[in-house]
Formats: sequence, C-alpha cells, structure tokens
Amino acid sequence: MNTESPDLETRNAAPRQDNLDPALFGQTPSQTVGPFFHYGLPWKGGADLVGKSDMGARPELFGEQHYVLNLSSPTGAPLGEAIEIAGCVYDAGGEIVPDAMIEIWQANAAGRYASPDDMREDVALDLHFIGFGRASTSDDGVYRLRTIRPGRVPGPGNGLQAPHLAVSVFARGVLKRLATRLYFADGEGNDLDPILNLVPEERRATLIAQPMDGGWRLDIRLGGDGETVFFDL
Amino acid sequence: MTNIRPYMRADAGSPPSLFPDYRSTVLRAPSQPPIHIPQTLTETTGPAGCWDRLMGGSMADLTTQHGGAPIGQRIIISGLVRDENGRPVPNTVMEIWQANAAGRYVHGKDQWDAPLDPNFTGAGRVVTDVQGRYRYVTIRPGAYPWGNHRNAWRPAHIHLSLLGPAFATRLVTQLYFPDDPLIEIDPIANAVPMPYRQRMVARFDIATTEPNWALGYRFDVVLRGHGQTAFEEGDHEH
Repeated sequence: MNTESPDLETRNAAPRQDNLDPALFGQTPSQTVGPFFHYGLPWKGGADLVGKSDMGARPELFGEQHYVLNLSSPTGAPLGEAIEIAGCVYDAGGEIVPDAMIEIWQANAAGRYASPDDMREDVALDLHFIGFGRASTSDDGVYRLRTIRPGRVPGPGNGLQAPHLAVSVFARGVLKRLATRLYFADGEGNDLDPILNLVPEERRATLIAQPMDGGWRLDIRLGGDGETVFFDL
Repeated sequence: MTNIRPYMRADAGSPPSLFPDYRSTVLRAPSQPPIHIPQTLTETTGPAGCWDRLMGGSMADLTTQHGGAPIGQRIIISGLVRDENGRPVPNTVMEIWQANAAGRYVHGKDQWDAPLDPNFTGAGRVVTDVQGRYRYVTIRPGAYPWGNHRNAWRPAHIHLSLLGPAFATRLVTQLYFPDDPLIEIDPIANAVPMPYRQRMVARFDIATTEPNWALGYRFDVVLRGHGQTAFEEGDHEH
C-alpha cells in the first residue's frame, strides 16, 4: 500500500524574499562584469564591423579549448566609409584599465539603425551592417574598433543629431554600465547637436574623437582630470 | 520627424558607481554625476533579433562542451525575461559566464589555487522564446577568494549579460544562490541596497528540478520597460 503523500513529489520550499518575490518586482540590478569576462563575452571579430579580422577578443587569456564563442561571420562589405577607432581607457588615477570592455551601437552610413524600433522606411537598411560592436581593452588599456562612419539620425524635435556612436563601458570596479558617446571632430552638426549641447562646453571635448594616424582616437577617462562625460539615459 | 518610445530610467535597485567597500570602484567611478539626456532613436534602438548573426547559435548546455562530464552539481536555471511592465521580452540574448565547481575561472589571470576542470569552460548563451522564457544547464559554481580585503570571498554566482531591445535596456548582472551566507557580506552584492539585492537571488524550484538528474532554479530577469508613450517636443505645431 502506498502511504506516500502525493505532495511529497511536488512540494516546494517556503518562498523566500528573492528573485520571484512579487513584492520586489522591478528592474534587475546591475553588477560588475568583473575581470574574467574574456572567455564569455568578446567574440573574435566583435570589434570589426566591416571585415573578417578577429579584433575585439583576447583569446590569449585562456586555453584554446575554452574558446567557445562565435567567430563573426560578415555577410559582405557594408556601404560607407570604413574607419578605425581607438583609444585608451584610464582610471581616476591616470592608470590604464587593461580589463575594460567597450561596446558600440550606431547607425549605418545612411543614418538608419538596424533595429525594429527604427521604423523609418525612407532611410535604407544595409544588409551587411548591424552596428553593434564589442572590444576588450589590451594589456595597454587600448580598445580598437573598425566600423563605418555613421550617418546622421533624428534627434529630439525636428533636427538631426551629429554623427555619433553610443558607447558603453564595462570593467571590474564598474558596478553599472557607463554610457557615453563618440562624436567626430569634423562631424556635420556638432555645434547644433542636441545632446552635445546639454554638456558643459568645457567638457564636450571628452566626447569628440580626433583624427590620428588615419583613424580616430578617443580616450576614455573614468575619473580624474578630463573625466569623460557619462550620461543618465 | 520620428516618434520614439522612451524607456523608464534606472529604479531604486540600481547600485551607485562608487561603493568604497568594493575597493575597485574607488578609482573607476566617475566623480561627476551623469548628465541627464533625453532618449533619442540612438537609445531606444538596439541589435534586437539579429544576435545569431552577431554571436552565433545558442549554447544552452554548459556541461556538454568537452569530452567528458564536468565535476560538480548539475543544475538547471530557467526563467523569464520581462520588462518592468511585466511584458515578456522575446528573442533576446542572454550571455552566461561563470567559475567551475571549485570556484576557478578558466581565465589565465585567475590565479586562485583551485583546480581547473578540463571538461568545463563556463560560457554559454541562450535566447528567449516568444514568451520570454529561457533555460540552460550548467554546474553550480563555487565560491572563491578575492583580493578586496583580508578573507574576502565572493558568493557563488553566475554572470549574466543581456542586450534587450535597445541601448537603454543593456544589463550586466550576477545571479546568486539562495541561502548563501556570503551574499550578505559581499561588497559587490551589497552595492545594491536592500531589499532590491534580493532580486538577484535565484529561487530553488522543485518543478524545474528533474528527478535523478539536476536541481532546478528559477531566475527571472526584469529589464527597463517603456514609460508612458511620449511624443517629442517637435510634434507640437510650430
């Protein structure tokens, strides 16, 4: 005779104050990426939005057998001007940050985002360009990306924004994503850009990449002198 | 003219950038407050739905990536990705990385004297289905010491990275396990004020648990959601 209560098989532990507690429902809090993200996040080619190089990853930081991430598989050459962007990430003491990760999100050369939430059908998508990239910094604290110079996208109101990339900075010691932007020194409309104009004039330079060695250079300073402007979105 | 649907801003559970008990924040936190900007098309769009072109296929079982079975307690983690309005976030990517059962990362800069497991890398990736559900199989990670202060130990945790639909919804977080006494003395978890810290603690769940195979945990992720639909200033007649 079976004397077991059927409840034995399905009964659960008493609810705790935890992830599923309805009283706590809300945004999952942010935590740092820590120092050991390299085998989990930056895939080979993640920093090359144009070609087939393996920029972006740091495969030397772990055994070859533990490289389980994808290789990026570009479908063809995107339209527009291919550019290289590089910069060094510094902490508030002026020391390099060799364990940061930089992400970018940008429009294509025509100024269209490859996103279902950009519904403008009068601006063409580029089947060969997504516009999302991810680069780890090197032992020298340097990030490098290869991408397309973005077109202008609408801003608040009727105006256009100057060409820019949205940038996220992650690192050990960075508890929540630091959001910033990269503009170009010769960018059309920088002087009227609605976001740049919210930044005190003396700090705008921290968002503006300068031409260097045939590419563009923008250092990121997490604190201290010349601290990069970060945004509350 | 473009109508955009802005996302709500970070809520009370968001940690500060500077939390001195977590020593690495001291030189890596901005000293200036972030500048409040309106969300534009840049912030309300993101690489949604093309994660497979970017990152490749799903890798939902971290226990079968090598020749043999990894050492440790096999676990299943499943849950929903929703926005803060309770709506599912379908077809969104969650990236996963973690230490092995002994608390050791395969990363070359992890010098802790605990064994590596040749059968465990600890990296995976899942995509939510149309109802926002996800599920993956892994090994319960171990706690490990770190250099923050004397006798500092990180509670067992799994790192999670989600893109969500937009630049504004990007989230990197950590999942903790129930009844781990290290959580309440961990400076990283403690950067999130109570009670919101508990949002990062998974729940043991008998329904997710599979008989004779693996313990199951539930962990729902909540991303920022749309606020009230707002028309832009430019929509006014001039």
